[in-house]
Amino acid sequence: MTAGTTSPVLSARGIGKQFAGVEVLRDVDLDLMPGEIHALLGENGAGKSTFAKIVAGVHRPSRGVLTLNGQVVDVANPIIAQRLGITLIHQEPISFPDLSVAENLILGRQDGAALGAVPWRQMTRDAQGLMALLGVAIDVGRPMRGLSIADQQMVEIARALASDSRVIIMDEPTAPLTPKEVATLFTIARRLRDEGRTIVFISHRLEEVRALCDRVTIFRDGNRVATEGIADLTDADIIRLMIGRPVKEYMHKRGTEIGEVALRVSNLTRAGLFHDISFEVRKGEIVGLGGLVGAGRTDVAQAIFGIAPADSGTIEVHGKRAQIASPVDAIGLGIAFVPEDRAVAGIFRSLPTDQNITAAVPRKIAPFGMIKAGLERAMALDAVSRLRIRLASVRQPIGELSGGNQQKAILARWLLADPSILVLDEPTRGIDIGVKAEFYDMIGDLAANGRAILLISSELPELLALCDRVLVMAEGRLTANLARGVASQETIMQAAVPKGDGLARSGKAAA
Amino acid sequence: MTQTEIPAPATREATLPRPAWKVLLIRPEAMTFVLLVLAVIAGSQLSEYFLDLSYILKSFTLSAEFAIVALVLTMVIIAGEIDLSPAANMALSACLFAYALDAGAPMPLAICIGLVAGVAMGAVNAALIIGMQLPSIIVTIGTLTLYRGLAQVIAGDKSIRVPDTFIGINDILLLGVPLPVLLFTLLSVVLGLVLATTVFGRQIYLIGTNEVAARHAGVRSQRIKMWLFLLMGLVSAIAGLMTASRLGSVRYDLGLGGELQMVLMAMLGGTYIFGGRGSILGTFLAAWLLVIVMTGMIVANWMPAYQLCVLGVLLIVSIIATNLIYSRTQR
Amino acid sequence: MTGWRHILLRREAGIAVMIVLFCLSVGAVKPQFLTLDSLRIILLLVPLIMIGAMGQMLVLLARHVDLSIGSMLGLTAMASGMMFRYMPEVWWPVGFLVSVGLGAVLGLFNGALVTVFRLPAIIVTLGTLNLYRGLTFIMSDAKQIDRQYVPSALKSMSVTSPIFGIPWIIFISFGVAILTYWFVMHTRIGRQIYALGSNPVAAPLRGISVTKVTLVVFAISGALSGLAGILYASRWGFVNPSNTGSGFELQVIAAVVIGGVSINGGVGTVAGTVLGVVLLGCVSAALPLLGIPGTTQSAIYGAVILLALMIDRLVRMQGMARSTRAAVP
Repeated sequence: MTAGTTSPVLSARGIGKQFAGVEVLRDVDLDLMPGEIHALLGENGAGKSTFAKIVAGVHRPSRGVLTLNGQVVDVANPIIAQRLGITLIHQEPISFPDLSVAENLILGRQDGAALGAVPWRQMTRDAQGLMALLGVAIDVGRPMRGLSIADQQMVEIARALASDSRVIIMDEPTAPLTPKEVATLFTIARRLRDEGRTIVFISHRLEEVRALCDRVTIFRDGNRVATEGIADLTDADIIRLMIGRPVKEYMHKRGTEIGEVALRVSNLTRAGLFHDISFEVRKGEIVGLGGLVGAGRTDVAQAIFGIAPADSGTIEVHGKRAQIASPVDAIGLGIAFVPEDRAVAGIFRSLPTDQNITAAVPRKIAPFGMIKAGLERAMALDAVSRLRIRLASVRQPIGELSGGNQQKAILARWLLADPSILVLDEPTRGIDIGVKAEFYDMIGDLAANGRAILLISSELPELLALCDRVLVMAEGRLTANLARGVASQETIMQAAVPKGDGLARSGKAAA
Repeated sequence: MTQTEIPAPATREATLPRPAWKVLLIRPEAMTFVLLVLAVIAGSQLSEYFLDLSYILKSFTLSAEFAIVALVLTMVIIAGEIDLSPAANMALSACLFAYALDAGAPMPLAICIGLVAGVAMGAVNAALIIGMQLPSIIVTIGTLTLYRGLAQVIAGDKSIRVPDTFIGINDILLLGVPLPVLLFTLLSVVLGLVLATTVFGRQIYLIGTNEVAARHAGVRSQRIKMWLFLLMGLVSAIAGLMTASRLGSVRYDLGLGGELQMVLMAMLGGTYIFGGRGSILGTFLAAWLLVIVMTGMIVANWMPAYQLCVLGVLLIVSIIATNLIYSRTQR
Repeated sequence: MTGWRHILLRREAGIAVMIVLFCLSVGAVKPQFLTLDSLRIILLLVPLIMIGAMGQMLVLLARHVDLSIGSMLGLTAMASGMMFRYMPEVWWPVGFLVSVGLGAVLGLFNGALVTVFRLPAIIVTLGTLNLYRGLTFIMSDAKQIDRQYVPSALKSMSVTSPIFGIPWIIFISFGVAILTYWFVMHTRIGRQIYALGSNPVAAPLRGISVTKVTLVVFAISGALSGLAGILYASRWGFVNPSNTGSGFELQVIAAVVIGGVSINGGVGTVAGTVLGVVLLGCVSAALPLLGIPGTTQSAIYGAVILLALMIDRLVRMQGMARSTRAAVP
């Protein structure tokens, strides 16, 4: 403990949370000190975000108490949290695009009668003052619409200052930011800490945590497993604590013949998203595509699959020039795409699982346009048993399955289409570690069967373990093509970090 | 993300499915069927007419045109869109048909003009909704005004008589069943099969449940919706001509307010207003239910105004009930 | 950094330019269109639509729609009309209270259905459109309230003027517009309407009561329909159970959509709506002068709604293309 003398600003004791009978947070004790930047680390689903949301009043704890400055508090909703001086800044900040920046700042803070007057002049003056305090140049009279995410985060921080928050929680704030914006954010965070405020910083990026934070708390499977000063832990310690076992190299199944080129992309460009992308994926090969969120990886995948076709450049499939204007074209060429956001682009929540599994292969279940129910069911059951999808019945709506099983069903959908080229966009996001291992095996098997696989992932160990080659994108451009053996966490990150003005970040990374 | 989404924790097992009888019982069509039976029983208490099938069939001819359109409207709503313009479409295509006749066109040509006009109106809706990606609610409010207005421009405030040979589709009986009722039943069977057993029908559900996912799965959602709006236009025109034949003359206010009855039939039949759920069977049953209720009101000598109230209340009640059923069966 | 001002200005300026161009071109054909007399005609055409449009604008801002305003107008006008007929001893201004109060209740009922049962407003108000119209018939026993029952003081409000020869009814309608401006720009609840329409999911996180705001917009829409109802009686001197207010919702939606109020919520101004109403009034006033029969009016409204939607869409698509391009360094 670094702060032995001062008393904590916020204490959590025995915090637990259940969702629909499932325990996602168990018995968490944690003290946040004034004037510290405290990192929460953990894998997806480890409970760090749930904990942060409980502190900020988004969720209510099933058990346990929160104490603020020695007083037990009931943070029933975000408004109360705000009044108590606790602010949660979301990764994609909440904003009201049609209201002005100044109004966004003040909204929710004002009390009083519904017909009470809006103090435009004072509001504008206060907002300008706060922006000046933060040292950012945002016109407070303009509407939020069109503000960059970084500026929206600044508005959120200004909100926190306006209500004089003592505890400011930032949930993965840096993911959508450019390095320069990250540097600005860090400067401001440090200044707020020096004023005696407490910053809670949630991130996946160890180097950022190292550069910024004083103490770190690590979550695993809903438990708090450690709280230490950042200097007392090595990266290896942190990773070990996060995943609960020593880091070991995943087994790389091989022995697969890498064949001829299945997919060749040349000079693919889409204005504002990616530029001059060229690469190839061979049969039996797993090619990783790494980079930071927002580097344009998903956009490239969507261009290949015809969801948002590129402006220029060519795609060749099995040596033939392909015109892909829509997913229908891509599917016809034997390309499959497992999208990143399952709920938005993958599942049909209220429809039965079997219909979800057969959605992309209407011809196979309906030889003459008429669906054969028996055939559909048999195909679904076969997929369920092959991929070990856990469900009670294939007639069960897919929305009732767990995330991992939903993802397996989506994969099953594409395997039915028997694609020769598979594009997987963050296929293991939000999935339990055990099921992840199953996915790794499946992806390996698919490649072993001679399919070409393009794997987009933000998890470096995943890329390193599975891929024969790793491509890296930064700011819409391809910055590296690393063979297995050359690729490492360092080489990938080096290429992923934008070079435009990488000073801020490389300075921190060295810290 | 701002919603309080329930994260999918690793340990969560799939929940148990409901028993089959329960699944059957909580289907909204079952509710419609029960209501239909109740309505018949109540009606028979009111008057012995209700046990006379031919009387009911005759009453049905008054709503058959709307019912036929409601079948296609059901598919449009399942696909996640809505169309409030069909009643206006009926009026305009019927007016064009009658105008063409009046101007000396031969009957087959006039019928073609009416039908082509209907399809063209569907195409205008499709172009605005699919091509320009405008919301169907407001677009079809606009086209409803436009189509009805054009009908008024063409027909003025007069009614145009149609030739005697064309009059009386409702008096043609086949096996004792009036032709419009037969057409409705036939179309119900065809569309019911299309929706329930074909790829086209399945993909309508996919689009209505999650259009983004449907496009990712290779469903040509725009093409399917376009077909639906074109079909909507065609069927509206047919319904318009049928109405002209039944009434013997055409005015610009033909089928005025019919969108209420059409939407009501779809809603009463358990079509989910937000798309993705519903069935032709439900709408089929609901059409009969509505006819029984309206006939009951006529037999009981209620003023038309009361009927208007009852329809309005029924619409609201049915959508509340359907939403409740779906929200209970699906988190 | 004040690019948004330009856009706003452009929208309203655009409508104003359209009004001027329209009037000039009609005036070129029929010079009598550019006289004070026709201004009077235009101004007398717009008050009811103006009042209805203010209510509809609020509803649209909150991402809903109210199709029942015409029926509410009819029902509230009938309520006052019946009071005039069967209780002639009651002081006539009480009619305003009756109509506006009843309208607010009817609107509240719409709002309650929308928020409590989470139903789409389009279906709810399609239902109440018919329900309220039916109630009008039942209440009046399908009988019209004839001219002789409507108090002449009320009727004269559409003729007599406090100043400049402009009748009271026009002052009232512009008064409503000014009040609405104050309401949406300078009260907390007014700003909350914009916030709700702008981001309905996040609104509760900022302490905005979605239920309250939704009830308020529908109640105001109802109350203003009520005001339009009593003024209908003033303007036309009769109340008919079937004609009064029928199709009103379409005229109002046309005016509001022309005025640049977005059907996706959060976007729209009083100034734009007023201009939209005036443009529609100019068109209506020009038709008879140009020898175009009145039967074309409905078709023109329909075409105008669709045109406004399409123009809006094109402008937005252009704006989007520009902003993505701007994002590229």
